[in-house]
Amino acid sequence: MGKIFKFYKDVDTDQIIASQYLLFPTIDEMKTHTFESLNSDFAKDVRPGDFVVADENFGCGSSREQAPGVLKALGVKAVIAKSFARIFYRNSINIGMPVIVCKDLYEAVKDGDEMELDLENGVIRANGKEYSCTKLPAKMQEILDQGGLIASLNREE
Amino acid sequence: MGMTMAEKIIALAAGIEKTKAGDIETVTLDRLMSNDGTTHLTIDMYNKLKNPHIADVEKLVWIVDHNIPSDSPKTAASHKKMRDFAAEHGITYYEGEGVCHQIMMENHVRPGELIFGADSHTCAYGALGAFGTGVGCTDYLYAMVTGTSWLLVPESLKFNLHGKLREGVYARDLILTIIGRIGANGANYKAMEFCGEGLATLSMADRISICNLCVEAGAKTALMEVDDVALDYLKAHGREPKAIVKSDPDAVYSETYDIDLNEIEPIVAKPHFVDNVVPAKECEGVKIDEAFLGSCNNGRIEDLRVGAEVIKGKKVAERVRFLVVPASRAVYEQAMKEGLLDIFLDAGAIIMNPNCSVCWGACQGVIGEGETLISTGTRNFKGRAGHKDSFVYLASAATVTASAIAGKITTADRV
Repeated sequence: MGKIFKFYKDVDTDQIIASQYLLFPTIDEMKTHTFESLNSDFAKDVRPGDFVVADENFGCGSSREQAPGVLKALGVKAVIAKSFARIFYRNSINIGMPVIVCKDLYEAVKDGDEMELDLENGVIRANGKEYSCTKLPAKMQEILDQGGLIASLNREE
Repeated sequence: MGMTMAEKIIALAAGIEKTKAGDIETVTLDRLMSNDGTTHLTIDMYNKLKNPHIADVEKLVWIVDHNIPSDSPKTAASHKKMRDFAAEHGITYYEGEGVCHQIMMENHVRPGELIFGADSHTCAYGALGAFGTGVGCTDYLYAMVTGTSWLLVPESLKFNLHGKLREGVYARDLILTIIGRIGANGANYKAMEFCGEGLATLSMADRISICNLCVEAGAKTALMEVDDVALDYLKAHGREPKAIVKSDPDAVYSETYDIDLNEIEPIVAKPHFVDNVVPAKECEGVKIDEAFLGSCNNGRIEDLRVGAEVIKGKKVAERVRFLVVPASRAVYEQAMKEGLLDIFLDAGAIIMNPNCSVCWGACQGVIGEGETLISTGTRNFKGRAGHKDSFVYLASAATVTASAIAGKITTADRV
């Protein structure tokens, strides 16, 4: 079980990690600033295995891979949203962080609730109920299974 | 079944005859652009590879434009890493020469190419009939090492442009209108293709401005038919097309929009979303602290001419900073030759070196708590230009300059 951190629709990557931190040398130095503008305690409160849940179009805006990068570095297990902006979606899979499309979860849970994700069967359990989520396209599942795109590159060579 | 421009360019890059929206193709990239926003992380990942190598170094273009000149020792270290790596591997490298997309348009992009850029506004290259799309640094690294990647072939939205923009109305107003109409995810995963007789009335600067902003509707890429205007630009910059592709008459579009350019009016996008658009007159009187004329969207010579004409003989309002940032060295030099910089200086503007500046909110002109910026930049997200509790309005070069004079949001016909 992990705790839910709930956000709204059209969350852009500037909110996930602001521009002024992007040129810090490492993701670890950036991660304490995650979601700073929306919830300044997020980086302090989030625990490995927790989840981010959002409405439509999560991760819109900039192509900065630091956005899924800081979430992964903080131990966020997956982001579950009604839909994702395409670059964020692709970046997340590439670094091996699950991004799950689930249309029904957002309205059913509140910030601080707990949930469980069964990636293999595409099922989320929260507040005693089950929600089915969309399966990844095969190509993306393959990348995720290998632990991200770079891991797959190292394997190929 | 015919193919769209997007399908044709992907087929070309995949070395196949036909493809269609929804298919996944393995493509060979024609060009790979990366800037200082993420390249330091790409290099770290590269150095950890089991067998690090570059498939074709000729295709790589690296540009330091986001935080140039550097604002801190940490930024300087990231720049040094990029500079040293580029020198060691013989990568085409620009530093302080301008905003990456402007550099790419002036020097590299060719019609028919498939280009990855580690920057979301790479869709700008569609103004020259090239398929540009933004990627993160992992996708970039994979393409850099293998020369290839995979792409989901996008559905396309067709925008038929009719008529001509009225005097005092600009490409920025047009694309903000379109984004307002289809929404911030209205083109998510899709290509936005522009055609129609109205396209011929638009300059290259207009076209780049339109294609550049399509990612703000979520678009994977933007594409425009290559015509004489595009070919003249290409020729003037000493390049030849890779291929000129046109969509087939029976190509399939998920949606077609007819846009009458004559009906477009000056537009402002209010905080904190690019699709939050209203007629500029509805924002009339909103007090501003800073105005910004520049960026990959509106920092070209045509935009500086518009601004200079509005402000000539007038002054920037008291207690307002007006930042003028040419998009490249070539633009800067041209503006100097035409006397535009004198006009801005006389008016009290601050002229900066070509770079991304306050458009991305981490370098120059960052605004403080409670402050308001009107900008020709690309985004108005919360905190985009500085403090999380600040406000960004987006508008055309004319509206931004007029607002700098008035100290509040207004249009050029009122100053």
